[in-house]
Amino acid sequence: MPEEVANIAEMVLIALVYLGIFAIAGLFLVLLERRVAAWFQLRIGPNRVGFKGLLQTMADAIKLLSKELTGTTKADKFLYNLAPYFVIISSLMALSVFPFTKEFQAFDINIGIFFLIAVSSIGVIGILLGGWSSNNKFAMIGAMRSGVQTISYELSIGLSLLTMVLITGSLQLSEIVEVQKSGWLIVQGHIPAIIAFMIYMIAGTAETNRAPFDMVEAESELGAGFHTEYSGMKFAYFFLAEFINMFIIAAIATTIFFGAWLSPFGITESIPWLGVFWFLLKALILIFLMMWFRWTFPRLRIDQLLTLEWKYLLPINLVNIMIMALLVWLNLTISF
Amino acid sequence: MKNEFLQELIGSWSPNLVFSEEGSQYLNVIIPVDELHAIMSKLKYNDQTSFDYLFCLSGVDWGEELGVVYHLESTTFRHSIVVKTQTADRENPTIDSVYDIWATAEFHEREVFDFFGITFSNHPNLKRLFLTDDWEGFPLRKDYEDNINMIIK
Amino acid sequence: METITLNSNFKSEEYFINMGPQHPATHGVLRLLLTIDGEIIKKVEPDLGYIHRSIEKMCERDSYQQIVHLTDRMDYLSANINNEAVCLTVENALEMEIPDRVKVIRTIIGELTRISSHCLWWGVMGMDVGALTTYFYGFRDRELLNDIFEETCGARLTMNYNVPGGLMFDIHPNFVKRVKDFITHFKNKLPEYDRLLTNNIIFQKRTKGVGILSREDAISYGASGPVGRASGYSCDVRKHHPYSALDQVTFNEALRTEGDTYARYLVRIQEMWESLSIVEQLIDNIPEGEYRVATNAVIKLPKGEFYQKVETARGELGVYIISTGVKSPYRLKFRSPGFSNLSLLNHIAVGGKIGDLVATMATLDLVIPDIDR
Repeated sequence: MPEEVANIAEMVLIALVYLGIFAIAGLFLVLLERRVAAWFQLRIGPNRVGFKGLLQTMADAIKLLSKELTGTTKADKFLYNLAPYFVIISSLMALSVFPFTKEFQAFDINIGIFFLIAVSSIGVIGILLGGWSSNNKFAMIGAMRSGVQTISYELSIGLSLLTMVLITGSLQLSEIVEVQKSGWLIVQGHIPAIIAFMIYMIAGTAETNRAPFDMVEAESELGAGFHTEYSGMKFAYFFLAEFINMFIIAAIATTIFFGAWLSPFGITESIPWLGVFWFLLKALILIFLMMWFRWTFPRLRIDQLLTLEWKYLLPINLVNIMIMALLVWLNLTISF
Repeated sequence: MKNEFLQELIGSWSPNLVFSEEGSQYLNVIIPVDELHAIMSKLKYNDQTSFDYLFCLSGVDWGEELGVVYHLESTTFRHSIVVKTQTADRENPTIDSVYDIWATAEFHEREVFDFFGITFSNHPNLKRLFLTDDWEGFPLRKDYEDNINMIIK
Repeated sequence: METITLNSNFKSEEYFINMGPQHPATHGVLRLLLTIDGEIIKKVEPDLGYIHRSIEKMCERDSYQQIVHLTDRMDYLSANINNEAVCLTVENALEMEIPDRVKVIRTIIGELTRISSHCLWWGVMGMDVGALTTYFYGFRDRELLNDIFEETCGARLTMNYNVPGGLMFDIHPNFVKRVKDFITHFKNKLPEYDRLLTNNIIFQKRTKGVGILSREDAISYGASGPVGRASGYSCDVRKHHPYSALDQVTFNEALRTEGDTYARYLVRIQEMWESLSIVEQLIDNIPEGEYRVATNAVIKLPKGEFYQKVETARGELGVYIISTGVKSPYRLKFRSPGFSNLSLLNHIAVGGKIGDLVATMATLDLVIPDIDR
């Protein structure tokens, strides 16, 4: 086969594999959320469809596929239809750079982290477009709130990731994992790394519009926020994209702070394909943490949310970077 | 304050008031419609009566007259009094609003207007409260007829 | 139906939002017309009447026993206390001697109803500010009380256990034991409620300093119940005009002075503790005796006017009967606590944000059938 065709065929194959991962991860995470919520609320959750409810999301997806695609007459047709694709595409692109294990990484570019942050920011365009083009007051309020929230918290995410890059000295994801072979970065950077991790978790939860920062979709206040007017498959896109974003945030944290596919103390270093298992385990623990937040805390008001970011998290972050820079310069990081 | 003192004090404000205690557990005062607002004002702001809590405002159709019954209580002295007023004009009954004295009267008077048709002058927002804006008639009057919605035994 | 007309006070940067009547946060069929400027609320106008069933007109043709059945459809969360109100009015008008056993049981059931109503309120309060799990914990405890009521009174929501003259049946033999078990169980749960919501910093930031009501405004707007008590206005009918067995028990009135949403929240939590203490004082010493005094089959009140106040979970409920001596009242008026509490919503919500409006409404604890009657 000529080389270009082989390349293109390879890329198409990889894209299909990732689409598959995207779909399966989405389905699994939705079910996990429902079971975890039920556990907190002293009930059982879906357990009838399939073994222990594993096929529940399939059933939901089939139901959504068969729903009528409603739309308001005054909605801006083109933007209304375009909006969900923005969120889906940005999530997919972000998924492609993660190092699931040593050879299992679709896209190993030298600006790995930068690419990740940039691509997740594209998703907010989809939300704004969706709210605006629905021609619905509630949707527009929700979209505006979401826009301001996402833009504010991206700063915190970027700065806390930058704090860890100071130790590794490189933005490339596979390099970062290499550096962590002598100890996970959260251990290497001790105090400032722990602070950076906590800020990252707070800002990450805010990025995905989850409680306690879910003023955007506050069900008890404004209907359903920016996706009020969407139904059927387009609603499914927004819905799935939210869960995949949660996975992306957890995956970034796993890669930067907890050593991606490296096993703790190197116990299974000789079996590289087990790395996928370690990666997913760490990501799942962080996802459980985010779900725990959602079902316990009340939600912050929009102005309290912004105060938190601009008056508290941002100054702490800046001071933290300076402390980390000092630590690296004075060689005070822990390494094994 | 005991009912005798109340009766003496309030009776001194106007010669047209009628007091009675029969058939009720509180002291009743009947005030003519044109003196209502002045006496009610005095009832709240006078230091010895100080009736600052209006806890019930009901409209009543007495058969020939339409009236309003106010139940007042004082939070400092814990005494109560019942004020009644009525008007014989059934076509266009008008009574002064006491909204500026007790803010709770705003909703209560709207309810009385809705069900009895009594107009309250100086009310900020006198519209029907429970029934739709285009409802005809005043349901709680004794001469209200409605063959569709009412079941009479 | 409210038609919106633009008047000269309407500025171009404000817009209308319609909350309800079907809305997750308005606790019933209430329609609120909000005029907002960005996030700041300029005016709140409630639109009532979606569940108006003309109960007062129906009472003018029903007998007094039938009227009792209508009252628990008004404020269905304090159904027993509503029934007690009408029964007490009738009994006081007829000057009947009610046995002590009846009074004590009525008080116990009334306080258990208050706890059950506050459990539901707590669950819904958490849900409104975003902590969705509290709803299940509140209902879990309410279910235990519903089971106790079902065994003794026969129903879970509209109990109709009180009749003029006493109670409809005697209490079930299991009643005392089940109530004691509930008290032990619930005393462990209230600290759990505190850990989950009361001491949570996000919740405190959402509710402190929000929706402040001063004492003079509370009295002027006719606020009663926890809403009035949180502003420093001592309005507990159980203290000032005691009825049934309430003069035999000692309890504290939950009073606070700040008048904000957090104060109203704390007042209700404290009320749950006080109600538990009242039930504890009475449950072991229920006097023996008759559970019902015979009345005529057709009850006719003497000519005159009668007023009875009780303290429901929402505030002061008043029953005002004008009787001409026949079998139905000439005029019956229910002074409902939610009606006056709703009238102050515009006063305290203006100037705040939409999120504050939801938190404030949750603490006003409105039940719309109580307002609409």
